[in-house]
Amino acid sequence: MKDVALKALDAALARGVSYADVRLEHIRERSLGTKNGQTGRLGSSESTGAGIRVIANGAWGFAATDDLSAEGISTAAEQAVAIAEASALAAKAPVQLAPEEKHQRTWVSPCAIDPFSVSIEEQLGLLLAVDAELRRNPGVTLAETNMSFTRTRQVFVSSLGSVIDQTRTTSQTGFEAWAFKGTEIQKRSYPTSFGGQAQLKGYELVRELALLDHAPRIAEEAVALHSADQCPEGELPLILESSQLGLQIHESIGHPIELDRVLGSEANYAGMSFLTVDKLNTLRYGSDIVNAVADARLDHGPGLGTFAFDDEGVPAQRIDVIREGQFTGYLASRETAPVIGLTRSNGAMRAMAWSRLPLIRMTNVSLLPGPHALEEVFDVDRGIYMETNRSWSIDDKRYNFQFGCEIGWEIRNGKRTRMLRNPTYSGITTEFWNSCERIANRDHWTLWGVPNCGKGQPEQVMGTGHGASPARFRKVRIGGGYGK
Amino acid sequence: MTKSECLRIFDVAQRAAPPGGVDGIELMIDSHTSALTRFANNTIHQNVAERDRMVSVRVLIGQRTARATTNLTDDQSIRRVVEEAIALTRVAEPSEHLLPLPSPEEAGEISEPPSRFDRATAETNPERRALAVKEAIAIVEGAGATAAGIFETGAATEALINSRGLLRYHEETSARFSITATAADSSGWAKVSAVSATAIDAAALASTAAEKARLSSSPREAAPGRYTVVLEPAAVLDLVGQIFGDFSATAIHDQRSFLTGRPEGPLFGPNIGIADDVRHPLQSGAPFDGEGVARQTLKMVDAGRIREIPYSRSSARRAGVLATGHGFPLPNETGEMPANIVIAGGGASLEQMIAAVDHGILVTRLWYIREVDPFEKIMTGMTRDGTFLIDGGKPVCGLRNFRFNQSVVEMLRNVVAMSPAVRASGEETFDMVVPAMTVEGFNLTEVTKF
Repeated sequence: MKDVALKALDAALARGVSYADVRLEHIRERSLGTKNGQTGRLGSSESTGAGIRVIANGAWGFAATDDLSAEGISTAAEQAVAIAEASALAAKAPVQLAPEEKHQRTWVSPCAIDPFSVSIEEQLGLLLAVDAELRRNPGVTLAETNMSFTRTRQVFVSSLGSVIDQTRTTSQTGFEAWAFKGTEIQKRSYPTSFGGQAQLKGYELVRELALLDHAPRIAEEAVALHSADQCPEGELPLILESSQLGLQIHESIGHPIELDRVLGSEANYAGMSFLTVDKLNTLRYGSDIVNAVADARLDHGPGLGTFAFDDEGVPAQRIDVIREGQFTGYLASRETAPVIGLTRSNGAMRAMAWSRLPLIRMTNVSLLPGPHALEEVFDVDRGIYMETNRSWSIDDKRYNFQFGCEIGWEIRNGKRTRMLRNPTYSGITTEFWNSCERIANRDHWTLWGVPNCGKGQPEQVMGTGHGASPARFRKVRIGGGYGK
Repeated sequence: MTKSECLRIFDVAQRAAPPGGVDGIELMIDSHTSALTRFANNTIHQNVAERDRMVSVRVLIGQRTARATTNLTDDQSIRRVVEEAIALTRVAEPSEHLLPLPSPEEAGEISEPPSRFDRATAETNPERRALAVKEAIAIVEGAGATAAGIFETGAATEALINSRGLLRYHEETSARFSITATAADSSGWAKVSAVSATAIDAAALASTAAEKARLSSSPREAAPGRYTVVLEPAAVLDLVGQIFGDFSATAIHDQRSFLTGRPEGPLFGPNIGIADDVRHPLQSGAPFDGEGVARQTLKMVDAGRIREIPYSRSSARRAGVLATGHGFPLPNETGEMPANIVIAGGGASLEQMIAAVDHGILVTRLWYIREVDPFEKIMTGMTRDGTFLIDGGKPVCGLRNFRFNQSVVEMLRNVVAMSPAVRASGEETFDMVVPAMTVEGFNLTEVTKF
């Protein structure tokens, strides 16, 4: 792979560009699923290709090809340069990049059990056992399970002299129990919804999650939701379970701090950000107990946003995003870093695959744990506890959000009491984070994976990581999703 | 990829399957080239092109099936992906619902839609896209706003070949242009998609976006509540488009569709008619499904009543009806779905629809739409890039954007006026042919900060 990548780099440099980099990748995937006791999907795939990014005439060009023959590489390099020259026709100023060092390194993500070496029979057998366990509850009308694995080997070379060989293995698994009755459809998921937990791990993730052990409770809750009371409307203390809080972090901290959004790059599609550059080090983002980081290093954990180098060849880093409530940092690239006075990119450029251009993407954007035992987080006279995301929506500047969860519970005098169905909550980003009054300790902290984050045109779906422990927020608007 | 190249790959694959070792082999062979020129802050900031192919092999062994896919098309890689598909299939659970591959007779004859391939669009070069973008930027910049958007062109081929002699092949091109004009406290948006780049009038789209930004400047804040809203076609598309995954025999059977258990009788207003019609002149896409079955035109909703729903071969057999040609590639959990939606329009122009509203809100576009309630189809989301107060039949000022929580079922009972249907393109679902709609009692529940 390295030889082909270097040939592609030479082909671009031979055309007189001022900068070039090449990402050559081989992506291998396996995906399995069951539905009501039958194999739902069973497949494998592989994809190989190269993306060539250049600066010519002071403007960007990018071309990607699956044709890795000498002719195919040459054609793609020529196309990238022609595209850059066309970009220059409508350019305002030449592209400038923050300096970066040359890196030559090989890195393989930790993977205790190679998921591709575990037999399909074992993997499918586990999913079918979970599926059967869910359907033992007669109120469950639909059971679904899933498991998927991806291994990406990437060779990155650049005109700075970098040669970086990275291999990342990710795994994802989960299941859902649906219950239809009368005029309502209810659903419970484990360990979280929309495909379950996803991390930078091998098959050990599947074993750690003990899927089968949780199936009876999930089935029972899905059915019990039909007898539960509708979540009330009003302003109440809200306690969020950690996977839901992870998604809250994703939408209302992770996206607003993407500097390309802030600067207008996504104005036509994913939107902009309320977090304009004048707010750096001046905005009170959250209460004093709110501390958030963006951390791509393995030290932070095996997240979907963990790597050794980003797709511009910049090493993984940790940045303080919110420190004791104060907004302190953006996610940046080599092109955008100088705009906010950084002398170097903080390494957040990632592409979905070889065929797409790297963009600023979340790494692992996490809320650091607080000091509290779980009982202290729940210690309110009356509040609502919500678990597991069902819907999520936020405006295109990331102010107004609304989330729905699969299940809620009323908290009375610090204790979980009646179950509530169809819980939703909404708010304004900074008001919400400033209302954060308790965060549970590290014993309850989980690094969740969001595997389906969309951004860019053409759209790119990216995996991001979000660490969180349950937290309490005072006076949050509850129930607006069902408001009349 | 040409049809003969696809046949060559199929031949290699078929020969790689051991004689008598498999009961059927099916290949989906796709290829595409696409290029997208993206601009923001009045300059081209991202400019990309890609080409890729896909060979996806499904084999049947008894009542088992599985799929393996590669983007490598040399003979060795094809043989390897066939071996992988066989290995996966051998360990799959047998399914009583699995059907043999369809013969050409069973898959049905295809009455071809109009040609969807335009060579000039396939060959659009980066310079042409850049010059169109430059012209659009100049218009928005001249209006005192900042332009961002895309100009995308592409070509794709799609083949489905199976060992019972079925051969399907489709090629088409596509072009898209969208633009957002951002002013100090407002924005405007416009977008067009078509088979041919000749349908793209970048200057006109830029003017529309700039004018919306100008008219919505200094936005006022209106109280949340139920309003009469005029939804432009892109807003209708992105909201109504959320319900079509439920128009599926499999989803209804699985009891996860909002159509499950609904009583007979009108579900929507008597003015609502919805078809799935791959041959509609404003539509695009292949006239066959994931098993190669010819797509039928379905009258899904007629005068507000649910009439016809899509069936894959498997769900059709379960129901004792004929497949409609809307199945996904196998194996899958979801069955089928309509892909070529045409919502019947009315006779009013957008201007007439606005003029008929005494007090209401005009919505250009909706954003980040997600399902709050799966049975009532309550959707939440935001207005975006051009929200206006209508007073006395005229848009009088821009408004701060709203969050809505609206049942689509209820909405389609409350449509009081429609424009003729046009091909609309948004960002929340696939392109459809839809009208603008005036909807009474639309539930706007919160207001954001801009």
